[in-house]
Amino acid sequence: MAIRINGTDVAVPDDARVSLLDLLRERLHLTGSKVGCNQGACGACTILVDGERALSCLTLAVQMDGRSVTTIEGLGSAEDPHALQTAFIEHDGFQCGYCTPGQICAAAAMLREIEAGVPSYVTPDLTAPVLVSREEVRERMSGNLCRCGAHNGIVDAILQVAAERAA
Amino acid sequence: MNPVSYQRASSIDQAIQMAAGGRGRLLGGGTNLVDLMRKGVERPSSLVDVTTLSDAIEETSEGGLLIGAAARNSAVAAHLQIRSRYPMLARSILAGASAQIRNMATVGGNLMQRTRCLYFQDVAGARCNRRAPGSGCDAAGGFNRYHAIIGASPACIATHPSDMCVALAALDARIQVAGTRGARTIPIVDFHRLPGERPDLETEIEPGELIVAVEIPPPRFARSTYRKVRDRASYAFALVSVAAGLTVRAGRIEEIGIAFGGVAPKPWRAFKAETALRGGPATSQAFEAALADELADATPLPGNAFKIELAQRTLSAVLTELSGSDR
Repeated sequence: MAIRINGTDVAVPDDARVSLLDLLRERLHLTGSKVGCNQGACGACTILVDGERALSCLTLAVQMDGRSVTTIEGLGSAEDPHALQTAFIEHDGFQCGYCTPGQICAAAAMLREIEAGVPSYVTPDLTAPVLVSREEVRERMSGNLCRCGAHNGIVDAILQVAAERAA
Repeated sequence: MNPVSYQRASSIDQAIQMAAGGRGRLLGGGTNLVDLMRKGVERPSSLVDVTTLSDAIEETSEGGLLIGAAARNSAVAAHLQIRSRYPMLARSILAGASAQIRNMATVGGNLMQRTRCLYFQDVAGARCNRRAPGSGCDAAGGFNRYHAIIGASPACIATHPSDMCVALAALDARIQVAGTRGARTIPIVDFHRLPGERPDLETEIEPGELIVAVEIPPPRFARSTYRKVRDRASYAFALVSVAAGLTVRAGRIEEIGIAFGGVAPKPWRAFKAETALRGGPATSQAFEAALADELADATPLPGNAFKIELAQRTLSAVLTELSGSDR
């Protein structure tokens, strides 16, 4: 009975009511993942489960037995930042920073979804390769709200990393 | 949240057994149930995790598809056959929620999700016949922009929130369920109930039953799509949505399927409009006249009367797009 969190096995809580977000923040003191709405409307708690983005506030920790969870702490550090973290700094992709860990976790998974050819609601042809565009990124990142309104910088940062990867 | 026990089911029979009796609830991705437990709307004493049951998407002998109830919404939308043969289904799923939620949510859970009516969710502050039968409905005289214009009752005017189910309705999907009294199949259009005097009874599923799979017949439309109109461009519930499939031959409509979301307590299959249009010309006048027929029994409220014209315009735009020469 263990959840692999940023490469370390953690015991599954006995109480089924504990959300993955509470396990991360209150018990493991991984406070990068944020409590925003706590009801699946804002994306501030976004983490990766087996590499795919998910909301830790609506995930019961007991359901994560045997799964691998990556939080912002597992994605990059001050000494060795993820390419998206560097790009967010360059493009002013945040102001207060509260939504940023969720934005970056979501963006990391989103770039892989595009690379895998997964379409979005705004993709014109569902079976053709996906072309990275501002419209695609805006649609795909709509689950992450930024109340400071840094969305333009966020999209710029993601587009830059996407372009670097394609090069 | 009240204390709750948790078990993971490893087979359909085990899930049925574990969920039998008491105040048990089947747990999929939890995107709706966990939220409602936190709000006090749902108070289960036990949770049976059914995400370990079949999530396979496979071809049926008749040329359709069978989707396991535990398939994630994102996996269904990304599936190549669904993208190429059932574009309205892929697009309907991609129009719903956010990528994070689609990764978590299961097909079975999507079918069983409950209304997003704010009065339904407000345990402390609002009366709701769906949540507490007989208590009254605060939505009727309240903020009802998101509520139903057709199929509602004096007891409840809430809408069904799913996008996926709207496409499933237009596609004539069949819901396979298993239970203590055996297996059966329920057509999607009969799966969700209209509220009548008992809005708390939402589906045809009986205690002791669970959804095993969704069966989709072979494609019957030359083209299909899903369009969702909402208060913001993305990540919002529908004001009006349309799933439509169309085959036009020599200017005449040979085959058509239409369903609406955001306007009724269940995915609203527009049988009357389909009948009016089948065999006739594919013109915008015909599209508009057919829907006027369909919505003749509508009972709009002050907050949502705009949905009648919005439904007409959205349907007309979608059918025009599908009958045009450009894809």
